[in-house]
Amino acid sequence: MLEYDFMQNAFAAATIVSIVSGLVGYFLVLRGQTFAGHALSHVGFTGATAAVLISVAPLWGMVVMTVAAGICMGFLGERLAQRDVAIGMVLALSLGLGLLFLHFVTSYATQATSLLFGNVLAVDIRTVWILLALGAVSVGALAVISRPLLFASLQPELAEAKGVSLRLYSVLFLATVALATAECAQIVGVLLVFALMVGPAAAAQRLTTGFGKGLLLSAGLALLEAWSGITLAFYTDWPSSFWITALSAGIYLFAILPRGGRGRAAVRP
Amino acid sequence: MNAIEFRDVSLTLGGRVVLSGVSLEISAREFVGVLGPNGAGKTTLMRAVLGLLPSSRGSIRVLGNPAARGNPAIGYMPQLRSAAGAIRLSGWDFVAGVVNGHLLGMPFLGKAGRAEVDRVLDLVGAGELARRPLAELSGGEKQRLLLAQALIGRPRLLLLDEPLHSLDPHYQGEVVELVKSLQTELGIAVLFSSHELNPLLGSLDRVLYLGQGQAALGPVGKVITGPVLSRLYGSKIDVIRLKGRIFVMSGGHDMERDMHRHEDGPAHAQGYEGAPRDHA
Repeated sequence: MLEYDFMQNAFAAATIVSIVSGLVGYFLVLRGQTFAGHALSHVGFTGATAAVLISVAPLWGMVVMTVAAGICMGFLGERLAQRDVAIGMVLALSLGLGLLFLHFVTSYATQATSLLFGNVLAVDIRTVWILLALGAVSVGALAVISRPLLFASLQPELAEAKGVSLRLYSVLFLATVALATAECAQIVGVLLVFALMVGPAAAAQRLTTGFGKGLLLSAGLALLEAWSGITLAFYTDWPSSFWITALSAGIYLFAILPRGGRGRAAVRP
Repeated sequence: MNAIEFRDVSLTLGGRVVLSGVSLEISAREFVGVLGPNGAGKTTLMRAVLGLLPSSRGSIRVLGNPAARGNPAIGYMPQLRSAAGAIRLSGWDFVAGVVNGHLLGMPFLGKAGRAEVDRVLDLVGAGELARRPLAELSGGEKQRLLLAQALIGRPRLLLLDEPLHSLDPHYQGEVVELVKSLQTELGIAVLFSSHELNPLLGSLDRVLYLGQGQAALGPVGKVITGPVLSRLYGSKIDVIRLKGRIFVMSGGHDMERDMHRHEDGPAHAQGYEGAPRDHA
């Protein structure tokens, strides 16, 4: 399977994106901001379709829109992040706008499907390099801010008292999430970002209680899901995004089973 | 050197005057209980000491310096938030996340950092329970870990915001005992806010009672009296002492009678004090 260029590109892109998603997603789950991450990816759809409309690569439209939205959400802070109605409205409006932009584009159907549900097998080598650069920025940013970010996530009042600016880290973190979301959408599409960003992280936090272990496990699970998803897609000719979401949900289910129940789950058909 | 000095301090929060022209001194090795009805400014006072809320008038000095944000000599234990209940990290990692948390970089601890975490966990007797995930700990056990976090970095002043909140009377006693022994052992000043006076009786050096923008600081016998509390509550208050407990009554009504807790037997009989807490 690896003799095909498009498979090599798919695996390279999936590797980069799943590691970024696993690491960023771990903090997203820890901070209880998963819904914000979901909303950011929808905003990305607007950006991507707008970019298509003006003949720019959708990835760039997505990056610009999600990062701008992430920074806004960070500044609005708790006031917006906790309001499901506000986020839900933004989410719907983003998809609606995206739909409008696509309405003006001729290659409507293919574009829409690959933006919404991802098409990792169509990733070219140039995109792989861009993803690598963006991924390095995301992980680098996370590495620099992760200590105060963890402090602010676990104990905001104490962190504030110790001189950590909650707003600053909220903005920086959501900007990082936005970037990761835009990358992630290249693999699984904007609607399914949850599968790669939240699923592995949530499962990892169920399976281990250590911070370092959890972070590694989250990235590891994301990698496993992405690779397996692409492999299964190659042999079954079913969409890779389907396989990734199925694996993500399956692993999460396994993780939340009570300990006594795991044995039984293993023998179930 | 005093742990805390207020000179004619006024604190305003969202246009509301919480403290008005208060002067007080708390010395370096004192255990002070901070009491008062809801909204009297217990948390606001602590935030001002932490430098998170500038005074609208007067000056606040902490351990000899003007109050400023990020003072490493202050340990702070905020009220337990329900959000902490969802965290799946182990207690150890929860405490470790605080070490050097204000510095940029990655949160992986070296030898010294790990030793510091073990030290504070030992201090609060939480070495064992810190292996379990935070989400599975009881309220009393979580409080121990919060206290451990507050002790990171060897503070000389501890601000504890409602550590007894929603704890059973049995655990309340344990927490007070633990804080008292730490305070004596480490020779530090402690501000301990509470709705309830009785669990603290016997451990307190002095009590700081807040109400109506004013404050009264002194020994329990001098502050918890009808005239002083009537002034702080702005209504007629009677103080009744019974078998070593103190009840603060307003017109025959116990000001802090907890709804269900102390009606289940003489062992749990408690006097409560402050205002009813159901409209927090």
